[in-house]
Amino acid sequence: MSTAPEGRAAGSAPVVSVKGVNKHYGPLHVLKDINLAVGKGEVVVVLGPSGSGKSTMCRTINRLETVDEGEIRVDGELLPQEGKALATLRAEVGMVFQSFNLFANKSILENVTLGPIKVRGLKKAEADALALELLAKVGVANQKDKLPSQLSGGQQQRVAIARALAMRPKVMLFDEPTSALDPEMINEVLDTMISLAREGMTMIVVTHEMGFARKAADRIIFMADGQIVEESTPEEFFTNPQSARAKDFLSKLITH
Amino acid sequence: MDTLLDNLDVFTKGFGTTLVLFAWSAVFALILGTVVAAMRVAPVPIMRAVGTVYVNTVRNTPLTLVMMFFALGYPQLGLPKLDYVPLAIIALTLYTATYVAETLRSGINTVPLGQAEAARAIGLTFGQSLGQIILPQAIRAVVPPMFNVLIALLKNTTIAAGFSVMEAGAIRAFLSERGEPALVVLLWVAAVFVVLVMVLSLLQRYFEKKWRVA
Repeated sequence: MSTAPEGRAAGSAPVVSVKGVNKHYGPLHVLKDINLAVGKGEVVVVLGPSGSGKSTMCRTINRLETVDEGEIRVDGELLPQEGKALATLRAEVGMVFQSFNLFANKSILENVTLGPIKVRGLKKAEADALALELLAKVGVANQKDKLPSQLSGGQQQRVAIARALAMRPKVMLFDEPTSALDPEMINEVLDTMISLAREGMTMIVVTHEMGFARKAADRIIFMADGQIVEESTPEEFFTNPQSARAKDFLSKLITH
Repeated sequence: MDTLLDNLDVFTKGFGTTLVLFAWSAVFALILGTVVAAMRVAPVPIMRAVGTVYVNTVRNTPLTLVMMFFALGYPQLGLPKLDYVPLAIIALTLYTATYVAETLRSGINTVPLGQAEAARAIGLTFGQSLGQIILPQAIRAVVPPMFNVLIALLKNTTIAAGFSVMEAGAIRAFLSERGEPALVVLLWVAAVFVVLVMVLSLLQRYFEKKWRVA
């Protein structure tokens, strides 16, 4: 039950590999011996109750959270210490946050072009063209001159996805991307993510959206109390969960 | 009115020097204060420590003592000889920069953490995320307190009078020798300061409007 679906990562090194990771917040053991390998093009959905450590795990992969123990590799490279090398590596890992975090002092277009210009060294014209292409892809090109606060939550989150994609990342991390959205805006963001998954993007998605997990995931990781409790295909997980923790979690979802 | 018009030469020279002290100290203090604020939020522990020690020592020292050190102590250090005016500018800069740094830092703390995280996540370095994302947002939030710091600096320049700098704070002493009534002279000095501070307040209003938080 712990192997990736056949045909994915076969033969090539994993894009993201997490080995023996432990993390404590004071006496609280938030990540317990986490092991995870994500192959190229794979979509891994991380489920679990609140406080299970799933967001923390997601954030350790680009070192927004440090770990006490264990090693994390992105595309074979160990995460470096704080500094220039870490910044370079973070550029390879796209991140989408629960609260969008668009740069409040920059226009929509500038939000997307900032990374390509400052980090990748693109010329402004090249970056603008790239940004417009990505904004069109997520359906908000007509908002390019507005400020983030003038957009709806769903639009902001789609811009955030475009901003991450503009770095041409090797993997995209989604940390509860729809949890701060009004119900009617959730689908527009999920649709963008599904089409991204279909294009072969490697994705790690922390979410509570079971529909998305069923539709787009290659593999489900179920976390509880800082541990990976179960790891299986969506089909297997939703119809035949193995652990008591997962059964309990799914039963609560169904009764509401 | 006669007191002012008869002695316009002394008033002009005095306030001229005050404005020189103010302008240079303000520019240097804003630059140095920004650097120190950046150090205090830097990811490198040693930079944070240096910034904290600097702010806490200089800010905890009365300005008169800082001035005294530069006016009396500095010439004995065997360093290149400097005039009293540049020495006063250095003292005012070092002193005011601590307040600028703390004011900016309070502004940095108002910027949601997610902004810095998003900046780091796309691969910006610490300096880039500070310069592109954090400081532009922090500055909007600190226009009023930053002008407080500048107004205090303008008035603090009068302390240089005690150390042989002929600025506004020294006008009274000069004019007493010409037999002018001290109280009248002081009221005129105060009046000019009120006008200067009003100019700064207008500038503050302009920047507050321009950088209104969206």
